[in-house]
Amino acid sequence: MTPSATPSSPRPRFADAAREALADPASRGELRGSVAAVRARRAAAVAELPDWGELRAAGSAVRERTLLNLDALLEDLERAVIEAGGIVHWAADAAEARRIVRGLVGAGEVVRADAPVLREIGLTATPLPDRLPAARAGVCGIDFMVAETGTMVLLEETGAGRACLALPGPLVAVAGIEQVVPTWRDLEVFLHLLPRSAGGPGGAGRFSPAVSTWTGSAPGDGPGEFHLVLLDNGRTGTLADEVGRAALRCIGCAACVHVCPVYERVGGAPYGPVRAGPIGAILTPQLRGVGSAANASLPFASTLCGACAEVCPVGIDIPEILVHLRGRVVESRRHRPVPTPELAMMRTVAWTLSDRRRYETALRRGTRWARLLARGGRVRRLPGVLGLLGRWTDARDLPVPPPRPFRAWWADRPGGGAR
Amino acid sequence: MSPERPKRPDRVRPDRTADAALGPDAREEVLRRVRAALGPARGTPVEVPRGYRRRLAPDQAPGRADVVALFIERVAGHRVPVRHVVADELPTAIAAALWGREAKRIAVPADLPFGWLAELDGVRAVPDTAAGVGAAGFDALAVDGVVTGCAAAVAQTGTLVLDGGRGQGRRALALVPGHHVCVVHADQIVGTLAEAVARLDPARPLTWITGPTAPGGPGARALEVLVVDD
Ligand code: SF4
Repeated sequence: MTPSATPSSPRPRFADAAREALADPASRGELRGSVAAVRARRAAAVAELPDWGELRAAGSAVRERTLLNLDALLEDLERAVIEAGGIVHWAADAAEARRIVRGLVGAGEVVRADAPVLREIGLTATPLPDRLPAARAGVCGIDFMVAETGTMVLLEETGAGRACLALPGPLVAVAGIEQVVPTWRDLEVFLHLLPRSAGGPGGAGRFSPAVSTWTGSAPGDGPGEFHLVLLDNGRTGTLADEVGRAALRCIGCAACVHVCPVYERVGGAPYGPVRAGPIGAILTPQLRGVGSAANASLPFASTLCGACAEVCPVGIDIPEILVHLRGRVVESRRHRPVPTPELAMMRTVAWTLSDRRRYETALRRGTRWARLLARGGRVRRLPGVLGLLGRWTDARDLPVPPPRPFRAWWADRPGGGAR
Repeated sequence: MSPERPKRPDRVRPDRTADAALGPDAREEVLRRVRAALGPARGTPVEVPRGYRRRLAPDQAPGRADVVALFIERVAGHRVPVRHVVADELPTAIAAALWGREAKRIAVPADLPFGWLAELDGVRAVPDTAAGVGAAGFDALAVDGVVTGCAAAVAQTGTLVLDGGRGQGRRALALVPGHHVCVVHADQIVGTLAEAVARLDPARPLTWITGPTAPGGPGARALEVLVVDD
């Protein structure tokens, strides 16, 4: 196993990483095109179901129910997997998960199907070999685990994970503890919500081309030997935050990523290795803490336009969590003798954001204000007293705001604010 | 405790294998953290509103024939060739599909209904048995494709589901590079994913196939579907 490249210097703050990404116009254009295609597929797949609102409501409730009953569901899941011939491992953190996986797959040739959770724990994907039978063992992520039956559910565009299921050696699946759902029947909700929200090219946008489910081991079929690694790695800490906890409802569709105007411009890299886009901005600081400047900067990597919350199939109020986490970042720096200008400003921001009218007034005022300050079409550091906010505004070296606020533009944009 | 979950007897600590030696500590620790994190909210029941549709809208598919027609339309929409045949025509249709792809050697489930291959001429069918094909891998057999049945099919999404049951073989068969001719009996077609979830057995290994996978991936294969009216 190769740990993902861990730079010796700490990851840069979001704004610094984003500035680099923004400096590459070619890849920005490419990203914009592919993101728009995903967004259009998603909008079409969702518009086709007249009961999308009901499916979302059910999905949100199932995920909420899961989180509030997580300990009991994990015990049910463990029992069901063991009864079906699988082996369950628990990992408190990424290092423990890596150790378990390495111990299980040994030294032979290993196939790894790429998955967010594998990137999170620093196991990078290897491309599948041409001759699958040469590989002995497989490592994959999964999308859902059914507590009632012990069933693993994997939805894919490529079938790389499915290929792991038919290997002669052990299959090791790594999953976050929050990825459990209570019942088999709950899949009737998520088999719609996940692929349609994901906007993938396969299955005419209605369903993933390769979906596999398995329960324990299936000798003679596959997997012959099945191991499930249940990963905490900061999830229980996230669960303890009554507001932030909702981030764990996430089913990983990336719909929020593809509607995010910030992601569309900067791409995935500035968000770090866990998850990109709005979900990354609320999940990474919670899973990893806000001690590092990079993670502390993530909740600020948003215009709070609300497009993400509108598309999220499990009703995560991402802007609300962003504002909440901004408060936490500021709180965590409170012990400094003099309140930082950021703290003072964030208090104002929180006050402003808590009321829609105040927010929109502030936006208009801010627009006028920034146009006056702009030189050469860019607002850099703000002058005078406002210059105290140097670090904050420095990280927001943006073009002059257009005369029309983003919110208004986004809402009117064709297909932009779809559902 | 949530209302929908059946009560179970107090759990018995399962036996643990040696390689899970790290497990017990981490297990207790993670569960302890979950309980501490939830605090008084732990075990709160959450009502799940299930007002969504489980069946096709009546205007979408009023009768059986419409469900079959919708399935055929959706499969064709994935650019997968699909033919509607009567039972008598099936052996010829299978042979024609294989000849059309110039298949010379195919793998089939050991229990494929014998009659299905009655018209095969010039195509060698190798039965997939766990002892034979599995260990050596399909590459060694140099097969061009497979012929299987299925457990269910979904009209709404144009999906085939294989569960390793009769006429379907092991999951590995659904990964053989080349062609996959899949036979669907009209009465196996359900309207929606919800109906398929209700019909399928989670204890079986399920492979859901919806059109071709992304090109270049390990599951990239040419699919062909034959719908049989009995
Ligand atoms: S948070 Fe984003 S990735 Fe997660 S379920 Fe919601 S829209 Fe999908």
